[in-house]
Amino acid sequence: MKLGFIVNPIAGMGGKVGLKGTDGKEILEKARQLGAYPESPKKAKKALEILIPFMDEIELITCPGTMGEEEAIELGFTPKVIGEKKATVGPNDTEEAAAEMLDMGIDLLLFAGGDGTARNIYNVVGDKLPVIGIPAGVKIHSAVYANHPRNAGEVALKYLKGELETIREAEVMDIDEEAYRKGQITAKLYGYMNVPYQRQLVQSLKAGRPEQEESAQEAIADRIVSEMEEDVFYIIGSGTSIRPIMDKLELPNTLLGIDIVKNKELVASDVGEKQILDIIRGQKAKIIVTIIGGQGYIFGRGNQQLSGNVIRMVGKDNIRIVATKDKVVSLMGQPILVDTGDDEINKMFNGYARVLISYNEEIMYKVKGF
Amino acid sequence: MAKLKIRENYHQARWDEPIIYELSTPGERGILVPQPDKEIKDSSEDVLSNLPEHMRRKEKPNLPEISQKHVLAHYLHLSQETLGSNLNNDISQGTCTMKYNPRINETLATLIHHVHPSQDEDTMQGILGIYYKFKHFLKEISGMDKFTLQPGGGSHAVYTAASIMRAYHESRGELDQRDEIITTIFSHPCDAATPATAGFKVITLFSDDETGVPDIEALKEAVSERTAGIFITNPEDTGIYNREIDEIVRIVHEAGGLCFYDQANANGMLGIARAREAGFDMCHFNVHKTFGTPHGCSGPGTGALGVRDHLASFLPIPTVEYDGNKYYLDYDRPESIGKVRGFFGVAPVVLKAYCWVMMLGAEGLREVAEISVLNNNYLQKKVEEIPGVKTWYAEGRRRLEQVRYNWIGLEEETGVGTDDVMRRIGDYGIQHYWTSHHPWVVPEPFTLEPCETYSKTDLDEYAAVLARIADEARKDPEFVKASPHKCASNVVANPEEFNDPDKWAVTWRAYLRKHGKK
Amino acid sequence: MDKIVYPYIPNSVPEIKEQMLKELGLDDVEDIYAEIPEHLRFKGKMDLPEPLLSEYELERHVEAILARDKDCKEYLSFLGGGTWQHYVPEVCDTINSRDEFLTAYVGAAYADHGKYQAIFEFASMLGELLDFDVVSTPTYDWGMAAGYAMRMAVRMTGRNEILAPKTMAPERYLCAKNLCKPTIEIKLIDYDEETGLLDLEDLKDKISNKTAAIYFENPSYLGFIETQGEEISKIAHDNDAISIVGVDPSSLGVLAPPSHYGADIACGELQPLGIHMNAGGGLAGFIASRDEEEYVAEYPTQLWGITETTREGEYGFGDVSFERTSYASRENAKDFLGTQTALWGITAGVYLALMGPEGMRELGEGIMQRVSYAQKVLGEIPEIKVPLLSTVGFKEFIVNFDDTGRKVSDINRSLLDYGIFGGKDLSKEFPELGNSALYCITEIHRKADIDRLADALKKVLA
Repeated sequence: MKLGFIVNPIAGMGGKVGLKGTDGKEILEKARQLGAYPESPKKAKKALEILIPFMDEIELITCPGTMGEEEAIELGFTPKVIGEKKATVGPNDTEEAAAEMLDMGIDLLLFAGGDGTARNIYNVVGDKLPVIGIPAGVKIHSAVYANHPRNAGEVALKYLKGELETIREAEVMDIDEEAYRKGQITAKLYGYMNVPYQRQLVQSLKAGRPEQEESAQEAIADRIVSEMEEDVFYIIGSGTSIRPIMDKLELPNTLLGIDIVKNKELVASDVGEKQILDIIRGQKAKIIVTIIGGQGYIFGRGNQQLSGNVIRMVGKDNIRIVATKDKVVSLMGQPILVDTGDDEINKMFNGYARVLISYNEEIMYKVKGF
Repeated sequence: MAKLKIRENYHQARWDEPIIYELSTPGERGILVPQPDKEIKDSSEDVLSNLPEHMRRKEKPNLPEISQKHVLAHYLHLSQETLGSNLNNDISQGTCTMKYNPRINETLATLIHHVHPSQDEDTMQGILGIYYKFKHFLKEISGMDKFTLQPGGGSHAVYTAASIMRAYHESRGELDQRDEIITTIFSHPCDAATPATAGFKVITLFSDDETGVPDIEALKEAVSERTAGIFITNPEDTGIYNREIDEIVRIVHEAGGLCFYDQANANGMLGIARAREAGFDMCHFNVHKTFGTPHGCSGPGTGALGVRDHLASFLPIPTVEYDGNKYYLDYDRPESIGKVRGFFGVAPVVLKAYCWVMMLGAEGLREVAEISVLNNNYLQKKVEEIPGVKTWYAEGRRRLEQVRYNWIGLEEETGVGTDDVMRRIGDYGIQHYWTSHHPWVVPEPFTLEPCETYSKTDLDEYAAVLARIADEARKDPEFVKASPHKCASNVVANPEEFNDPDKWAVTWRAYLRKHGKK
Repeated sequence: MDKIVYPYIPNSVPEIKEQMLKELGLDDVEDIYAEIPEHLRFKGKMDLPEPLLSEYELERHVEAILARDKDCKEYLSFLGGGTWQHYVPEVCDTINSRDEFLTAYVGAAYADHGKYQAIFEFASMLGELLDFDVVSTPTYDWGMAAGYAMRMAVRMTGRNEILAPKTMAPERYLCAKNLCKPTIEIKLIDYDEETGLLDLEDLKDKISNKTAAIYFENPSYLGFIETQGEEISKIAHDNDAISIVGVDPSSLGVLAPPSHYGADIACGELQPLGIHMNAGGGLAGFIASRDEEEYVAEYPTQLWGITETTREGEYGFGDVSFERTSYASRENAKDFLGTQTALWGITAGVYLALMGPEGMRELGEGIMQRVSYAQKVLGEIPEIKVPLLSTVGFKEFIVNFDDTGRKVSDINRSLLDYGIFGGKDLSKEFPELGNSALYCITEIHRKADIDRLADALKKVLA
């Protein structure tokens, strides 16, 4: 088994000193001056440590120095190191390493970093390789990260041992750091990567058989399609739980954007805010959204097009939230979040909302608007 | 005081028992079948030739051929490789209420071995009387007006409740409109699964992160003119009593729905609080949990379903009635949902439960409740003293008959999680514990229910074993992860085979075929 | 009287209770119950009988109550119709009364290894009897198993109608019907009143592209053997529907298993296999099929599989937890399961292991010989028609009393004076069969028993 291992050693440095990310050389310098030290290698080791018992069966391929080599050697691995050691590490290094590993035919890529790192990997790897992220950055909106470094290690171990066959697509998202530091948040959905996925397969004696994630998504889509009303504009958001709806309708789907459907026909693809407003003005419209990324947002991350104005025009009662049960439970009781940048709209969502989790099942879940 | 002992030298029986087919020798017999009298044999022609050719069995079934002693020994071995509740400190299977199952009740139950349920009622006055009286006990315990004992288990009773809710709304012409059942995330899974089977949509209220029970605001948001009813457990499996339970019932009633109380966790409530006072329309009891009858490796059990008068006409047929003179079976109930099981239920379980209550009386039932709650709080104190254990939600509030704990601390520190501790506990002669129903809302969970059966020494032993394992996890996590070491068998090598159509084998013949044996 | 110390409640010893409270810093258990708001507390006293504190008193009490009952040992019984009196080998009772099996529950596969193996072996042996590779863990009873099987078919086909013969056991029909509500309809097919057999023309009329499955029983509730199994299955398959057959496994030593005449799913009752009637409490159902993914995915019950453990050569067991994947019919997607009848499954396994192939064949043949004799002897009684249906049966047959001018219920009451339970009264369930009773004969009946019935009937009808 060939395991690729990439550490973005500077990820997470900004967080402790309040810098909201380390994308860009100057910021990194600033972080260092403020006394930041590398967080990422420590976290990466926590994940890799889990693989120690399986060491002999893994061919570990990694990058020089703190990009993986040092962490691996400290834990007793004898990794194969690609590329040359550099004084400073940048996004290009991550992308180059990922590309080389892809060529070498690795079975899984384990990487440590934040949203920026995930984007770099995505640029090269796309859906060609299963990956699992070790959360080490300041910004973790991407769902490709495990919720804890150790979990990332466990998923990797199980996947390599052949115990996890389920793969799911997880969002790669990132926030414009520049804007973020100025207090504006514009998160964008960049794409999806394939992540091995661990879930309880234990059959509950009292609940019947577990439902597969894909099966639950299909069920959700069936429900949504079955309740579609005539002459209503459906604004279809992005996210893996939504995509099967467009598949059911046999309509082309904009993976990273918003589509509008009426009478089961496509009205417009990949629409922006203004276009949405123009189309639905004076018409009945509904929005279908799901939880995007790892933090529980339904609005304000990855779907900026669904602005406060759009929501205002559609009306809160015409918003249908969908997500699989696993996704809801993985929020660990934390509320679903709304951050449209429009205070009035955000506040409107405070309270509880129904989340459709299967054909005939909903969860009443807490929502928090900023 | 009984001595506290951790059973360090325990080892479960391990017979390395062959599969029964591997014990077979052609020609051996386990039992001979009574042959027809000679006159019958002589007078009847070849009866099998009366069967059309295609309906005749061509080849003998491939059953094993084994002498009686060897069949007996085989199953005795298998029994010894099974850790029954009467044998061990079975606090572990939280939510399952693993009580002592009295031997005398087993003996008395053999008295009805040969009763056929279609016998003339005059010849069944004894067992029908026991049904009737036991239903009276349950009415007193719950405050409901009428019971059925037909369902064969707890979920089966909850399903019957869902059927009755459907029939009720149908009778009022509102079924099309009222198609939603509300439940909570920590209610038993059957509270969602059985209404779904009965055709309802299910709305689950998530628990509040702090209190561990759903926010009343969530319920208010959930109810509407589409609400058919609520299915709710209280206390839920967290052991937390929902103090707003009557308010919940009021809100659902106001919306026009019915309220079903899942009383699988009733053990700490006997004589203390009843479904009636909280305003419920229906409730159920797992007779094989709360009323001391054996679980039988998972059945046969009995689910008792009680309803208030306005729902009595919907109960399954027949109901057991008494006319002042005679007990009888009433089939003439036109509004009934029909049947959920053949005849009138699992009579031996009802008989054993009747015996169990008769030996306790009202005062004894209250003692059951009080000791189960005391035991639980005592065990909680001991278990929470173990570094690495925490109890989620509602800090400072006392739990009733069970607690949902977690090993998050231990897992983070040592990498040894709840599944590992669970397996290791078997090495000390204790059945594996119940983690939690899926999904795990609380990570690394375990749920303990030390009902009245267990002594103080049992509780101390249990906590001491958990503490010992937590210690082991710190010293040698790999050893704990590799457990069990001393159980009847090891863990399976490739569990993923159970998900692989080319590998899974539910029967021996499938195993031989798929795994190239024979 | 001093405080009672209950034998089932060790901590009812007052000193222990006090000590535990003290450790908790509490004065009284009421301090814990303060969790329950005052207005929700039960203030009254439960109206329950005074307890029978000693085991001896309990024994006397229960024995006195049950002494009012008669049973099929004391009386000669010809009752069947859903639960049947067969001989129960002593080893069956020995095994199912072992505390290890009796009091276990959902323990893990390594600590309850024996339980898993016993259930796996039960499924293996029943699978041989049925000639199917997949057999469920035991479910509530035949009626529920039939309902579950119908729901499987509905999910697999995405269709919402089930066809079943009007001769389907009425109690099983009621169970299945309730389980199928509200979206699945069971339509009943006519039968031939001469033979009992399914009316194939009516079946062809009613089958359509809405039909998920045809369900029929063998032997049927009315005793006769549905000999058109192959034709019925073919009609089902020609319409892309599934063939489900409910079966009494005690017949399978001599009768062809449903899989041999086209059944895709079999279900049925385990009680005849070594389980006492228990006033109806001995029922336990099963579901079985071919080992195909689309079937396995739809089982509502647990399925226990075999594999190997981490120790070379050691068998291990676990749940075949194949996730639900097919959603042909979403509104019927979900089933529930729970505590069902595992102990009876283990018992049925013991029974089949004792009986072996020879035993099951002798059982079946011996029963059919006795039935043949009984029909001959009873047939000599004037004014009664036996058997009413012309199709060959297995262990039950209909006796019609129309010409006697007496009701079955009357006759049965008179038979009680002779210490006999007559056959089950069918006049309410099947009014079209007139004044008929369903008589059951098994291997427990001797010639003298059958002769005694004939004599008693002659006297009663005289």
